[in-house]
Amino acid sequence: MNENVIAMLISGIGETLYMTLGSVIIGYIIGLPLGILLYVSGKNGLRPCMPLYRALDFICNIIRSIPFLILLILLIPFTRLLVGQSYGSTATIVPLVVCAAPYIARVVEASLTDVDAGVIEAAKAMGASNMQIICKVLLVEAKTSLITGFTITTGLLLGYSAMSGTVGGGGLGDIAVRYGYYRWQTDIMVITVILLIIIFQIIQTAGMKISKKLDHRKR
Amino acid sequence: MAAVEIKNLTKNFDIEGHAVTALSNVSLTIEKGDIFGVIGMSGAGKSTLVRSINFLEKPTDGSVYIEGVDLGTLSERELRRMRSRIGMIFQNFNLLEQKNVIDNVCFPLEINGTKRKEAKKRALELLGLVKLEDKAKAYPSQLSGGQKQRVAIARALATDPQLLLCDEATSALDPQTTGSILELIREINEKLGITVVIITHQMSVVTDICKKVAIIDNGRLVEEGLVEEIFSAPKSDAARELLSGKKVSYKPLEKLEEGRRIRIVFRENSAYEPVIANLILKLQIPINILKAETQNVGGKAVGEMILGLPDNSNQQEDIILELKNAGLTVTEVHENE
Ligand SMILES: Nc1ncnc2c1ncn2[C@@H]1O[C@H](COP(=O)(O)OP(=O)(O)OP(=O)(O)O)[C@@H](O)[C@H]1O
Ligand SMILES: [Mg+2]
Repeated sequence: MNENVIAMLISGIGETLYMTLGSVIIGYIIGLPLGILLYVSGKNGLRPCMPLYRALDFICNIIRSIPFLILLILLIPFTRLLVGQSYGSTATIVPLVVCAAPYIARVVEASLTDVDAGVIEAAKAMGASNMQIICKVLLVEAKTSLITGFTITTGLLLGYSAMSGTVGGGGLGDIAVRYGYYRWQTDIMVITVILLIIIFQIIQTAGMKISKKLDHRKR
Repeated sequence: MAAVEIKNLTKNFDIEGHAVTALSNVSLTIEKGDIFGVIGMSGAGKSTLVRSINFLEKPTDGSVYIEGVDLGTLSERELRRMRSRIGMIFQNFNLLEQKNVIDNVCFPLEINGTKRKEAKKRALELLGLVKLEDKAKAYPSQLSGGQKQRVAIARALATDPQLLLCDEATSALDPQTTGSILELIREINEKLGITVVIITHQMSVVTDICKKVAIIDNGRLVEEGLVEEIFSAPKSDAARELLSGKKVSYKPLEKLEEGRRIRIVFRENSAYEPVIANLILKLQIPINILKAETQNVGGKAVGEMILGLPDNSNQQEDIILELKNAGLTVTEVHENE
């Protein structure tokens, strides 16, 4: 295999990681507070507020029901407005975040809902404020399930970042499509697929290990 | 000033549009330093009552005073400060599973802004009190039920409360562990002078440790008074049911019909005397002992016995007279099934 191809694959890995991690991080910056808000305003939340909950719930469901590829195309004007261009890996982060944030919000909400109501009650009885309950009880007690959610979300975004390659998003997916599909260089396509699988496995294994290690519930 | 004063407390829950009354017009005074029991069947409203004492449940009507302060007049912030001075323990312990024992005990101090170092020192002291110093670094999942409740007690005491609320604190524990937890609660009450409110559905818990008891039935306060008195002469059906574990009623004794049963309660001195043996020897009448039990009620030995009497009504009269002369409380037992 010539050096150009190797250099291209390495930069492809870099771009893929950049898109995945970038979108996960920005996704969590938006999705985590959103998920907490969903939990807090929900029926059994700390401060139920059904109009707010229904509005957030509706927005999340709408975005999540749009297939990613269509979202990618729908968002082109918005992406251009935000980053100045609609192709390349930075531009791809925009639709990835839009797709990920509501998903993350749901995952976070589910993790928080799993926290034992009795523990929250005990914290209330100690005089904890809602903010203290969120930061010191909910996020702490739910940490292993939050990490599991983070791992699954990262895996999902790795896949979506590869998908965005089909429309010139950069990264390993882009390489696979350009060489494998348009030029019939199956060997390069197979390599990129193997690389994607390896990255996916590393993320999954590390995430699950960390989550298990931090869990003090049973041992 | 009373530690807790509940005035005309009513609590309705709204379940799918229609109101369910969990408590109706309950008034109760709990004096400082008491161990006060609240007992009732499942669903009677005990938890709702205890949750109203620290306003985790806001009353639909009526008021709650803690050391003279009307909780209804407090702002959210003041209410939180008030709660931080009321300890509470639960049936399921409700420890933070991801924090170790010492951090659990420190938690209420972390909430009220105590410095970490100070909090740790206090937590270690309390772990000494509940005899769990060696478990400071353990996680709740590594502890037994009794140990978990000890941690919960230490945690509840961290902020130096004057009042400790216990909602079915021993219901998830075996009898032996229950005994040791109740012993610890008694010790805390005596040593630290903390007023204790104990919610339970087990009469044995009340007779073991409480001085006074209130009986809640179907959201209403049906009987209240010294444990000793209610134990020997229960007035409400609910109290009788809780005492016997069955739907029975003890009627004031008038004329016994054939084959009837009576319940006698021995107090202090007579509990150690062979009253029944003496009776049988004296009257030469066979008596059937259906149930007999001696319990520690408020530190005094109190015995309870259910006797089946012979059919002859003259003999019955003789027996009852003899028992009454021996200083026993006698009531008639009816089964309501
Ligand atoms: N949050 C709630 N929403 C609706 N109804 C409730 C709520 N909490 C309690 N209730 C109702 O109020 C009544 C009293 O409940 P409570 O939990 O106080 O009973 P309890 O005496 O503690 O029973 P248990 O011994 O089973 O714990 C029950 O009929 C219950 O269904
Ligand atoms: Mg209850």
